[in-house]
Amino acid sequence: MNAMLNLYARRRVINAVGLSISVLAMLFGLFWLCWILWTLLDHGLSALTPVVFAQMTPPPGSAGGLLNAIAGSLMMTLVGTLIGTPIGILAGTYLAEFGQRGWMAPITRFINDVLLSAPSIVIGLFVYEVYVVKVKHFSGWAGALALSILVIPIVIRTTENMLRLVPSTLREAAAALGAPQWKVINFVTLRAARAGIITGVLLAVARISGETAPLLFTALNNQFWSSNMNQPMANLPVVIFQFAMSPYADWQNLAWAGALLITVSVLTLNVLARVLFRQSATTH
Amino acid sequence: MPMFSNEARHKQQAVFDLLFRNLTRVSAFGVLALLAAIIASLVVGSMPAIHAFGFGFLTSSDWDPVNDKFGALIPIIGTLITSGIALIIAIPVSFGIAIFLTELSPRILRRPLGIAVELLAGIPSIIYGMWGLFVFAPLFGDYVEPWLNKHVGTMPYLGPFFSGPPMGIGMLTAGIILAIMVIPFIASVMRDVFDVVPTLLKESAYGLGATTWEVMWNVVLPYTKVGVAGGIMLGLGRALGETMAITFVIGNAHELSQSLLMPGNSISSALANEFTEAVGDLYTSSLIELGLILFFITFVVLSIARYMLYKLGQREGQAA
Amino acid sequence: MNIETIANPKIIIKDLNFYYGNYRALKDINLSIAEKMVTAFIGPSGCGKSTLLRTFNRMYQLYPQQKATGEIMLDGANILDSKQDLNMLRAKIGMVFQKPTPFPMSIYDNIAFGVKLYENLNKHDMEARVEWALKKAALWGEVKDKLKQSGTGLSGGQQQRLCIARAIAVKPQVLLLDEPTSALDPISTAHIEKLIDELKEDFTIVIVTHNMQQAARISDYTAYMYLGDLIELGETSTVFTNPKRKETEDYITGRFG
Repeated sequence: MNAMLNLYARRRVINAVGLSISVLAMLFGLFWLCWILWTLLDHGLSALTPVVFAQMTPPPGSAGGLLNAIAGSLMMTLVGTLIGTPIGILAGTYLAEFGQRGWMAPITRFINDVLLSAPSIVIGLFVYEVYVVKVKHFSGWAGALALSILVIPIVIRTTENMLRLVPSTLREAAAALGAPQWKVINFVTLRAARAGIITGVLLAVARISGETAPLLFTALNNQFWSSNMNQPMANLPVVIFQFAMSPYADWQNLAWAGALLITVSVLTLNVLARVLFRQSATTH
Repeated sequence: MPMFSNEARHKQQAVFDLLFRNLTRVSAFGVLALLAAIIASLVVGSMPAIHAFGFGFLTSSDWDPVNDKFGALIPIIGTLITSGIALIIAIPVSFGIAIFLTELSPRILRRPLGIAVELLAGIPSIIYGMWGLFVFAPLFGDYVEPWLNKHVGTMPYLGPFFSGPPMGIGMLTAGIILAIMVIPFIASVMRDVFDVVPTLLKESAYGLGATTWEVMWNVVLPYTKVGVAGGIMLGLGRALGETMAITFVIGNAHELSQSLLMPGNSISSALANEFTEAVGDLYTSSLIELGLILFFITFVVLSIARYMLYKLGQREGQAA
Repeated sequence: MNIETIANPKIIIKDLNFYYGNYRALKDINLSIAEKMVTAFIGPSGCGKSTLLRTFNRMYQLYPQQKATGEIMLDGANILDSKQDLNMLRAKIGMVFQKPTPFPMSIYDNIAFGVKLYENLNKHDMEARVEWALKKAALWGEVKDKLKQSGTGLSGGQQQRLCIARAIAVKPQVLLLDEPTSALDPISTAHIEKLIDELKEDFTIVIVTHNMQQAARISDYTAYMYLGDLIELGETSTVFTNPKRKETEDYITGRFG
């Protein structure tokens, strides 16, 4: 009996130690999140003046803003999303609705899941090789193309997942009315999964709006205003990279302002996606 | 006559069906084509380097743009070391977070904390890089590295890894920042796989009088080990390919140093720093070959990760 | 309510109430469980029979919104007392669930796992204990040559007997069986029923079952529950042949439920 109590005391100590460590691990994770966010607010808020939204990126040593970079980022993100989303939804639809038989769907699914976390810098290299080299100059189009390649796997994954959540009775009910399959899918199934798919698109937008690596070799940068997608294009992440790595205090300040902007928009998109998804989940 | 029009309609719909089906099929095929195109373009791009250096590229530590001599050894080692450091830190922390989220957290906190962890994953990597360069590295260099120098740097075996000037930036700093970045990925996969453990199985262990720790360590972890390993591999895949966070803090030196406190280089940071400035075909081609190597390594790691996660999923399917 | 006078009670329950959040799932339950006998809880789904069983080892405490009030006396101590140590309680009260739940480890380790929680046995004693438990659970003959193999590779009936062996290896005093045969085929069910009959020599057994014939076959006492109330508790032969309450009669004759 005594031995048993000893053993038990030891087990309880191990349990207490293990669980305390797990609490510490949680705090450890939150600690970095808070520290990073606090740093961003601390440095970013003071640098985030109206000028940031009104002026172009300055040459070293002078004041300026990020207007051209913000505009460039918005344009490339928009175009990248517009290219990637339809392809992603169609391919996701194939995997969920037509891919029950054959070798193609499982392999595509697997490759897609791998591409989902493939290094984005390699995507940049790829677009450089197949597009930038051919047209012989960096451009906004190349940047948007690289971003669209990042969008596709995310949209495919969420589209497939969301379509699978649609009860098959809904498909059967529509098919029982005599509706052809393309109508069933387009007007019933995809519509039922709409909120989930929009969530996926939002997450994809969040992902690409902070991506830097694939833009380094594609859109490059541009110190001036450019709305011509066929030219090198300023964009927030690359500007942040250049300015932060520079020795100039003005540039570093602008980099903090840009960092705060990007983080706030990415986190807002993330939260928005979650809220939207949760709402749709409760109405189903 | 109405029969006829119905039939025409029917035929028309069948054509639409076929068109739509093939449209989706082509899109899905596009994913496979994309992969093939990525590999092909990287291989073609690295051909000059492959011709010039052969397999020696992998084992050479040269990086001399002036004399056109290139080797991948230093960036490969840098990539592996920084990712290794990241995993050593991230695995136990992620396990702790996943235990906390599945077993310990009060119900009200579970969702917000889960979201907080996922937000940590959502922060763009360039932000980690900036924060690492401006905030973390200076503090690390002022306080932690001198301590490491003094206490660990003098130890046998371990010492050489932790000696050298405390500059703040370097391989160790890069590894730590990578760890912070991959913790949310590994932790959320672990949490998800812990959640699939059948309640009855956990209750059985509790029913024998096991403590929470014993249930997690002896029942939940063995039950989910394939999925947990998959999550770790997924984190590794992320760490290997991570670019911006590392580029800021690794120091970007083409040097092979035993000390983890010294600056180094990784494949991705070499690409980010040098690619647009590379002059000469062989230089560019060598960098593309680095990209090919990186893609190959991450592809293998991520494939293993996905395979493991599928396996766990399949077993779930059978059990249900 | 009828509190039966049971000669040799192991567990005495007084005014037990149970809540899922605000929903009252057990209402003023009073009953006794006889030592080294089989007591069966029967009743339609949702009557609270499993809930009642899960109060005996306080399994409900894994879920924060569930709570029990009242008294469950085991050997003179109140199980529901917050000072009662949960792990020690569960060493005394073993449980087997609706579905087999072999742990993801070898057959041997499945049994040793629980024993190791309470006893520091040397290798030889542990092997003896594993053999003893597997013999008690009538599984030894089938698995003695593959103790190192995974417990998940056994058939459903074998897995369930493994779970019983795992529970009794700890040498508890009470064994809770929550619909232990509901996931099994008739032959495995017969095996387990025979086993229960043998186990009552050593253990006090409480079984929840939705199968009335099973209750009639294996139990000494039967409690009929309905909507959180204990309707009737008595010797099984009496409850099934000559129930005191009309509701019980309706249920067992199949006119309801």
